[in-house]
Amino acid sequence: MGSRASTLLREEEIEEIKKETGFSHSQITRLYSRFTSLDKGENGTLSREDFQRIPELAINPLGDRIINAFFPEGEDQVNFRGFMRTLAHFRPIEDNEKSRNPTASEPLNSRTNKLLFAFRLYDLDRDDKISRDELLQVLRMMVGVNISDEQLGSIADRTIQEADTNGDSSISFNEFIKVLEKVDVEQKMSIRFLH
Amino acid sequence: EDDTKNPANLPVFTMDYPRIQVPFEFTLWVLLASFAKIGFHIYHKITIWIPESCLLISIGLIVGAIMHSVKEEPPAVLSSNVFFLYMLPPIVLDNGYFMPTRPFFENVGTVLWYAVVGTLWNSIGIGLSLFAICQIEAFGVQDINLQENLLFASIISAVDPVAALNVFEDIGVNEQLYIVIFGEGLFNDAVTVVLYSMFSFLADLPVVESEDVFLGVARFFVVGVGGVLFGLLFGFVAAFTTRFTHNVRQIEPLFVFMYSYLAYLVAELFAISSVLAIITCAITMKYYVEENVSQRSCTTIRHVVKMLATVSETLIFFFLGVVTITTEHEWSWAYVLFTLLFAFVWRGIGMLVLTQIINPFRTIQFNYKDQFGLAYGGLRGAICFALVFTLPDNINRRNLFVTASIAIIIFTVFIQGISIRPIVEYINIRRTNKDLNTINVEVHTRMMEHVVCGIEDLCGQWSHYYWKDKFKKFNDRVLRRILLRDNRAESSIVSLYKKLELQNAIDLLDTPLGDLSAAPSIISLHDEKKEAARPKRKFLAADVRKMHDILSKNMYKIRHKTIAYTNKYNLPDNSRAREILIRRHASIRRSLRPGSLRELKLLEVLNAMTDRSCVFSAGDEVDRLSARVQASGVSPRSSSRSLVPMRRLNTIQEQGGSGKSVVDEGPSGGPFGSSLRGRKAAVPAPRRRSSDREDDSEPPGGEEEALPPPPGWVPEDGDPGENEAGNPLLRHSSQTSRGSSRL
Repeated sequence: MGSRASTLLREEEIEEIKKETGFSHSQITRLYSRFTSLDKGENGTLSREDFQRIPELAINPLGDRIINAFFPEGEDQVNFRGFMRTLAHFRPIEDNEKSRNPTASEPLNSRTNKLLFAFRLYDLDRDDKISRDELLQVLRMMVGVNISDEQLGSIADRTIQEADTNGDSSISFNEFIKVLEKVDVEQKMSIRFLH
Repeated sequence: EDDTKNPANLPVFTMDYPRIQVPFEFTLWVLLASFAKIGFHIYHKITIWIPESCLLISIGLIVGAIMHSVKEEPPAVLSSNVFFLYMLPPIVLDNGYFMPTRPFFENVGTVLWYAVVGTLWNSIGIGLSLFAICQIEAFGVQDINLQENLLFASIISAVDPVAALNVFEDIGVNEQLYIVIFGEGLFNDAVTVVLYSMFSFLADLPVVESEDVFLGVARFFVVGVGGVLFGLLFGFVAAFTTRFTHNVRQIEPLFVFMYSYLAYLVAELFAISSVLAIITCAITMKYYVEENVSQRSCTTIRHVVKMLATVSETLIFFFLGVVTITTEHEWSWAYVLFTLLFAFVWRGIGMLVLTQIINPFRTIQFNYKDQFGLAYGGLRGAICFALVFTLPDNINRRNLFVTASIAIIIFTVFIQGISIRPIVEYINIRRTNKDLNTINVEVHTRMMEHVVCGIEDLCGQWSHYYWKDKFKKFNDRVLRRILLRDNRAESSIVSLYKKLELQNAIDLLDTPLGDLSAAPSIISLHDEKKEAARPKRKFLAADVRKMHDILSKNMYKIRHKTIAYTNKYNLPDNSRAREILIRRHASIRRSLRPGSLRELKLLEVLNAMTDRSCVFSAGDEVDRLSARVQASGVSPRSSSRSLVPMRRLNTIQEQGGSGKSVVDEGPSGGPFGSSLRGRKAAVPAPRRRSSDREDDSEPPGGEEEALPPPPGWVPEDGDPGENEAGNPLLRHSSQTSRGSSRL
């Protein structure tokens, strides 16, 4: 099944990815098969077009933003490590991880990192603030064509008003965390079927 | 003939009704039923609350009442032959053709489990209980023997959960539930028909021996598997035939219908499951045929399939209404009420038990709400009525069965059908107190749901991976080569576009939808400076509630996979997907900035895709397209730099394999999109190109001219700074010598 693919992925690499992301061996090999099947250029990296070819992503309202999240600032290709690093955010938090040693570096799928991922989907210019405009863009993507701009504008204003505690008319990451404190982010931002 | 005293004279005016009677009455009936449909869609809120089958039956009842009062008899058309040979095939063809194959195969175990085992459970359970009731003297139905009870029970186990699907779609329950209900409804038609023929055969036998039972079981498997094999055979032959039909495009749809009907009839000939044959034929055929035929034929096929099925089903329900009034009923309170009771009870218990057994094997399990939905959604439909109506007269107590079935159908369709929506809404209240949620929570949680959905899709499906992989390899290496005329692997995104009939995507940008996407970002860009000065608005509680309301009604739901298929009476509704895609096109076009490599590539990809699907259309469509594009290039809406007018370089020819040579650029294709083509091109090339672009260096210059102009979209030379965008946009599809790009 994955035998052909895994010979191209060396054991040491698998170990490294395992340590970094926390995925299991079989999960990594499976995701590598997926990675190679997406990689039309067969050059070991994925470009944005490779992602855009996935039909379900094309009709996902936030498809472009999701694709964008895989590519670090200014780059146009992502290799398997980067791919896994991004996907690691969506690994479910297992119980034995919750009581981890707080001095160890935070795993990629911690609550904070999940929230950071979501935050970065809004915050395109990476200024650590969600401005009204950025919020409007995402809102518009998520909403059908029947809402007028004024209505959407009011919704955006209200969103910022609710979250904004320091009065700068934008949402900072800490404000974002605060406003979602009651939401079960660990469960919401996890891929459901991973085994 | 009247008006002739002298027979030798030519009669001036004659009427010969008997000659045209049959086709005339048929046409009138179909028209009448269609008028009824027009009628209830005028006020479309009705169809939300009342399932369409209800409305059809009501109209039938009215017409029946009219006919009864004028002592007319309904046309005695619904005989066994007419039903099985003419009315049932379109319905099941529709079911098979529009089945969402991918979710189906991912859940095939569960679907078959509920369909086969569930129907068996229901039939046998209800049959046995009714038989027990029959033994009680007081009810006066002692003469119904076991076989007849089982026969009747199998007939009324056929569910038609369409109405339930509509409700679930709106409420948004467990996504897997859709496909299970859909598949169950589909396959239990097949199971019911098999059981029906088996039990009616048994009912004829004076004595049933135990060996007959074993033979019955064996026959069940033969019938089922045989049906599937026949379907596969005809499906492949149909697919193979369409490989050669590129010169006779007008009759392409015919092949689909003829082959599926042939599959049905041949299966009937051998008395194996014709329903399964035609369903399998449709599923097999669809994938290959839709790649071989032209876009127009594709559309025609879909429309005609839907049309035939709707007519057929409408007629059956209509007839049901009429027959209810006009036929001779035999009523037995006990029998009818107990039938209702048992049908309900057995289905409920069945769902519980079956789900308990299958849940451990599922990755996403069904909870009690889901099970309730499954159980309560089991409305009876057209097939049930038709089967009972066509029972032969030698079945003792036939009229009682007819009456009882009609009673059940009317009960489930009206009572369950109308009440399912409020009940499901009630038990599925997501937020007990909406107002406690802040707008932030509502917006961000939906955003997270979309993200997770997207990531899941990105990761592909995890279960059954092994078999899917194997099948995919077999498909690519063997089947596609034989059955497809043009075996360049069409990526699934291109076929998505084709499926959504978005071939004229740029055309669609001219619609008002195209405008909306740009508006907010442009407007707020201007306003950003004023933001600090913006007074803080006060929001009343009423405003906030209104916002929650707006958001919950308008935010896209994440049930994207099956949402297109749940409405049986319409063609799959792709409007949401189209909205999103159109908007992406529009925003990409409008945001095209010079030197922006990323948007460029997106645009290339998107344009090349629409390009490719344009290939299958006739020449005049293409010219119309180019005219539109040129017109849109000078649209007054465009902000000057962001809209890049496009012009076509070449006429796109009908695919004859000529496309391949055009883009075969060879080594000089350095700067241009080799990353798009996915060749095993020199790897440094793309990176070199990207670094060039990033520096915003001068246009590649002479290299452009050296290349033969491939078909594609090229920005006009209006804006010299844009010339970097002047790469001939390459055909996306020319990629992949690997051949397996279907994701």
